[in-house]
Amino acid sequence: MTSTDTGHTYRLNVNGSDRVVDGSWLGESLLYVLRERLGLPGTKNACEQGECGACSVLIDGVLVCSCLELAAAAVGTDIVTVEGIGNAGPTDGNGLTDVQRAFVTEGAVQCGFCTPGLIVAVHDLLDDNPEPSRSETHEALAGHLCRCTGYGRIEAAVEHVIEIRRD
Amino acid sequence: MTDTSAGSTTTINPPATGVGNSVDRPDASAKVLGSFEFSNDLNHERMLWGATIRSPHPSARIVSINVAPALAIPGVAAVVTHHDVPGSPVYGLISHDQPVFASDVVRYQGEPVAAVAADHPDTCRRAMVAVEVVYEVTEPVVDLLTAATAKPVHPDGNVVRRVPIRFGDVDAVGDIVVEGTYEMGMQDQAFMGPESGMAVPAAGDGSIDLYVATQWLHEDRDQVADCLGLARDDVRIHLAGTGGAFGAREDVSFHVHACLLAQHTNRPVKMQYRRDESFLGHVHRHPAHMTYRHHATNDGRLVKVECDIVLDGGAYASSSFAVCGNAARFAAGPYKVPNAVVNASVVRTNNPPCGAMRGFGAVQVCFGHEAQMDKLAAALDMDPLEIRLLNALETGDRLITGQILDGVAPVRECIEAAAAFPLPPISGNDVFDQPGGAGRTADPLAVRRGVGFAVGFKNAAFAEGFVDDTHARCRLENGQVTLWCAAAEVGQGFVTIVRQIAVSTLGTDRVELMRASTADIGSAGSTSASRQTYMSGAAVLKACEEVAEQVRLAIAATHDVAPELVTIEGGRARTIDGRVDVIVADAIADVRFEAELRHMHRETYPLDEETGQGDCDVTWIFAAHRAVVDVDVELGLVKVVEVTTGQDVGVALNPLHVIGQIEGGISQGVGLAVMEEIITDVGLVRNPSFTDYLLPTMVDMPDVRITLIEQPEEGGPFGAKGVGETPSLSSTPAVAAAVRAATGLELTRVPIKPQDIALG
Repeated sequence: MTSTDTGHTYRLNVNGSDRVVDGSWLGESLLYVLRERLGLPGTKNACEQGECGACSVLIDGVLVCSCLELAAAAVGTDIVTVEGIGNAGPTDGNGLTDVQRAFVTEGAVQCGFCTPGLIVAVHDLLDDNPEPSRSETHEALAGHLCRCTGYGRIEAAVEHVIEIRRD
Repeated sequence: MTDTSAGSTTTINPPATGVGNSVDRPDASAKVLGSFEFSNDLNHERMLWGATIRSPHPSARIVSINVAPALAIPGVAAVVTHHDVPGSPVYGLISHDQPVFASDVVRYQGEPVAAVAADHPDTCRRAMVAVEVVYEVTEPVVDLLTAATAKPVHPDGNVVRRVPIRFGDVDAVGDIVVEGTYEMGMQDQAFMGPESGMAVPAAGDGSIDLYVATQWLHEDRDQVADCLGLARDDVRIHLAGTGGAFGAREDVSFHVHACLLAQHTNRPVKMQYRRDESFLGHVHRHPAHMTYRHHATNDGRLVKVECDIVLDGGAYASSSFAVCGNAARFAAGPYKVPNAVVNASVVRTNNPPCGAMRGFGAVQVCFGHEAQMDKLAAALDMDPLEIRLLNALETGDRLITGQILDGVAPVRECIEAAAAFPLPPISGNDVFDQPGGAGRTADPLAVRRGVGFAVGFKNAAFAEGFVDDTHARCRLENGQVTLWCAAAEVGQGFVTIVRQIAVSTLGTDRVELMRASTADIGSAGSTSASRQTYMSGAAVLKACEEVAEQVRLAIAATHDVAPELVTIEGGRARTIDGRVDVIVADAIADVRFEAELRHMHRETYPLDEETGQGDCDVTWIFAAHRAVVDVDVELGLVKVVEVTTGQDVGVALNPLHVIGQIEGGISQGVGLAVMEEIITDVGLVRNPSFTDYLLPTMVDMPDVRITLIEQPEEGGPFGAKGVGETPSLSSTPAVAAAVRAATGLELTRVPIKPQDIALG
């Protein structure tokens, strides 16, 4: 027996799969349920107050901080995490999307803790706006804190994807 | 034994993934896919969650602790306090002065008092509230300038260290004298991955495994083992995926707490700090108060630098002893200074403990000495660049410690490179390019542009006689290279460059670096002081070279040629007659070649306690920065438009990732200049969150242009130097100088805040 009311069961659609969340406390965030109950730790917990963007996922195509979403309130939506971001489009032999590949080759990854959130956010940005201006890119990604890179190589990765999608 | 190359001449070249190439990180694919396992992704089916109960007061006496109400909560498995620490009750990096759990008094807000293990993080939170701690609040000591003579915060006293430096003629007087007092606020490392890990008790034998994000596995092991009362071999520290560090993971945090909870419950215990807890749970950059007096001749040559530095170390010593030594040694900057009088001290207060952060003491004084150089230039009506070039240190000069600077010292080249980039055009009318950005507050008529320069330097690797060693092992078997080294990968790219080093020596990219662990190899020292490439990179190189030598002798024996007729170069082994020409790793099959060694840099010596003289450093790193800012002088908002830099890197083993280090270091320097400060109010941290502690975002980050100054450094692998800390030294003072140029204000404190400009 646990101290919290953890008897709840509901279903979530995550990365195209129907998943059962069992024995859950209804106060759990989507971030917690993804990481601790559904075995999807790619979504990161760096601030748990919606400031850093490391926990970004798509809910019905809208970019959100999963730390600010109640998992039980996401029933009936389509949730896409970093683990499923490559399901919809083409990937290379290593299973990387063009955005993921560009992050690797442009040196946009150091410690990598902010990276999953940024991968989801850059897909969201470029899928909506294939030719963002520099300031549009900056504004779109300003909700994602990175402490290692100073953002220079992340911007280079975004520009690289813009270029290859243009061709 | 099989010789796979006998009689053949292969045409396969070593892969183009050796040193000097911008090779991808080996862990990058896993990181972009979300499959890289960070320390807080660890999971175990029998796992409990741990959490820390902390003091809400910066200074108080503990009257009583009652854990019974917490233990009564269903799901709570254990609560531990100071009563449960079987070994040393205290720990610490240099002096063991910090309690595992407070017993009689608490000395800072957030000091651990107890820890709880439970079945769910939310159960932990309820238990934390249920533990009853009765405090008798006492008056905290919080002012760094009066702390030395205030009531003792700790039995060890309120002065952690004093470092005097007396160099040359202490009574020398210049034609011109400028004075200034400067302050720096408390910066947080703010790595993205909060403190986390898992302690797993071994079945039966009382030993324990701790998987943790850290900078220094073996130092952690020694401190943890001492506190647990275990033999050092009975504590095994394994590096878990580490989400940044920047100095904040050099100290033990939850390590002992998690192990105690695991021992008490005989179950794996996972702990992860929340962000607000992380702000209280690790050391910060020391706030500093610095008073400078610079003497110069009428033609601008430095005659003497006088400096009083006081650093606030907070409640516990951490690495303050060494930070103070750095602040003193680098107080005069990278200049020819014939005479110096420096008094540096680090004091104890009830503020948050301070310790290592990127730049380690040299950042604080760089802000002071660079403001002084600008003051001197203004007083002499000289150009800020000209006065820096005139006084720039060169190889062979004597530092203010009396030590001869005998390493590479391209100070002039760094300055000229930073200045050589064309200045950026005046920002257009796009509101996003103005100070205040999307806030749309700027009136372009109130925006002023300014340009500032700064130069900085510090040591790399450990100093002052510290035993600074690292271990590496290389094994080659059937073309596969396996490497062991306990250097902590915290994001900086050690995992990339050691593979490149192996490729360049053994010719194959079939290289595996094993997870860093105290169970497998000796200490690699700390991932700090810009030392891992220089030290552990050199150790890995030596181990690979020893293996290559064994292969060379084996080829000679196999082919019945004299050993001196077999050469190894660029990853290939050749016999002089051309019969053998093969990649080293593929030369001999079915034999295991292995080499393990300990590497140390040249000996260093302590500073004389009276004069601060001594050959205390191994090598030095230099950079110059130019910053361009636009300032809305009415609202006090600063947009940092561009930072250019020339940085001394020795040789760039991986140019793209060196650039990444430099851009990242500059972002932290820009943050310290205009955004980042932990605000304390009578010892209480008022902004422990990413809502209130402002970090640079992509919108705040200036354009960065970089010239790598490559002059090979003796002692570094392939001529490489450390590159991590250098960009954080002079980027902050360059931005501050640019804001001064734009506003005409003195601005003697960083971070510069809007009110300092608008109301200045």
